[in-house]
Amino acid sequence: MIDVSVAYNRYKFLGHEFLTWLWYTIETDQAFLQKVDPELSSLAIGNRVVLENSRHNREETITIRGDGAGLEEGLIALKKGGKVTEVNLVYCAAEHEWRFQLKGESLALSGLKLPRTGKVEKAEDLEGAVLERIFLADKIVRLVYSLYDQFIAVRISPAWERRVAGEISMWIDAAIKGD
Amino acid sequence: MQLLSPTLSLTRYRVEGNLPDPVMDSVREGLKNHVIREIDNDPAVKSVGWTIPGTPFNPDFAGNHFVFGTSFVFSLRIDKKSLPSKIVNKHYHAAVQKRLAGTSREHLSRDEKREIKDDVLHRLYVRIPATPSIYDLVWQPEAGDLWFFSNLKEANEDLETLFSKSFQLSLVRIFPYTAAYFFSGLEGERLDALHKASPAVFNAGRAHD
Repeated sequence: MIDVSVAYNRYKFLGHEFLTWLWYTIETDQAFLQKVDPELSSLAIGNRVVLENSRHNREETITIRGDGAGLEEGLIALKKGGKVTEVNLVYCAAEHEWRFQLKGESLALSGLKLPRTGKVEKAEDLEGAVLERIFLADKIVRLVYSLYDQFIAVRISPAWERRVAGEISMWIDAAIKGD
Repeated sequence: MQLLSPTLSLTRYRVEGNLPDPVMDSVREGLKNHVIREIDNDPAVKSVGWTIPGTPFNPDFAGNHFVFGTSFVFSLRIDKKSLPSKIVNKHYHAAVQKRLAGTSREHLSRDEKREIKDDVLHRLYVRIPATPSIYDLVWQPEAGDLWFFSNLKEANEDLETLFSKSFQLSLVRIFPYTAAYFFSGLEGERLDALHKASPAVFNAGRAHD
């Protein structure tokens, strides 16, 4: 294994490509997402997407935020060579909703809102409440890492260069044209 | 308790190594030996230690309050004092004037100034209370998996240091490379492909490494 302090910076592009691939997959292949997580009823881009373009020796950051915000600017940023560095996601399963922010370079979760659980009114309720919260958080941890595992399988296979990366590029073009 | 709060932040770790049996006793010992030390009325600037969720200001590891199902749930508490520089300056200048008043000199030496500054900081840090920050963690020992409910750099670094001291186990932070390395079962050519990967470019219907 490569030294982790070196590997963090060297391979953070994998996290950014993962989030870009995830946006593409969300828009084009919900059936695939359901195969990865059979309990998933939907996964959608939420109210925040951050993109960065560090090509041509200049750093450019584009942040799109707000419920119902159009993602056209994000697609244009992708077209210019940008990658998704952070994304807010909305996951639905069994009539419950989870919202969270996922950061590409660290795969860290923030703003994780779990489905509502009962109030802890007595000390005896604490263990059940904690276990329920762990169970609900685990749904998202499993989802993210299952999806990342699928991404890595494709990313290091010959199919990435032969097919997948090109399909992502074509999706970006088609989405900008409004196809 | 942070784990029950409406929103959470989560950093994932892999725990490297095994605890001696009986595992629960090993964890309890590690927690007791590095329980948070109170630093109010003490010149210490920072204290980092373990505490119990639910009763973070009165930690008691004697029972099994840190065992929830098959997980260990406990908290990292970081107590820190911060002094506004303007307050330090005010007390420092007063102390310098007081020292000069007892001499016929107009200036103090560099060493004397340093000594006064240290003395001022010592007195002020004893007087101000520490601000506690509490971060829960969930450790699933069978899976070697640990979730720390903070993404703050300093809190994560303090966790890694204290965890290693307490349990003689190391924490490896999970990020894109380590996630692929540990969770995707890569060996041989596939591991080489990961190591050789370079950023892709998506544009104009074409992509290339």
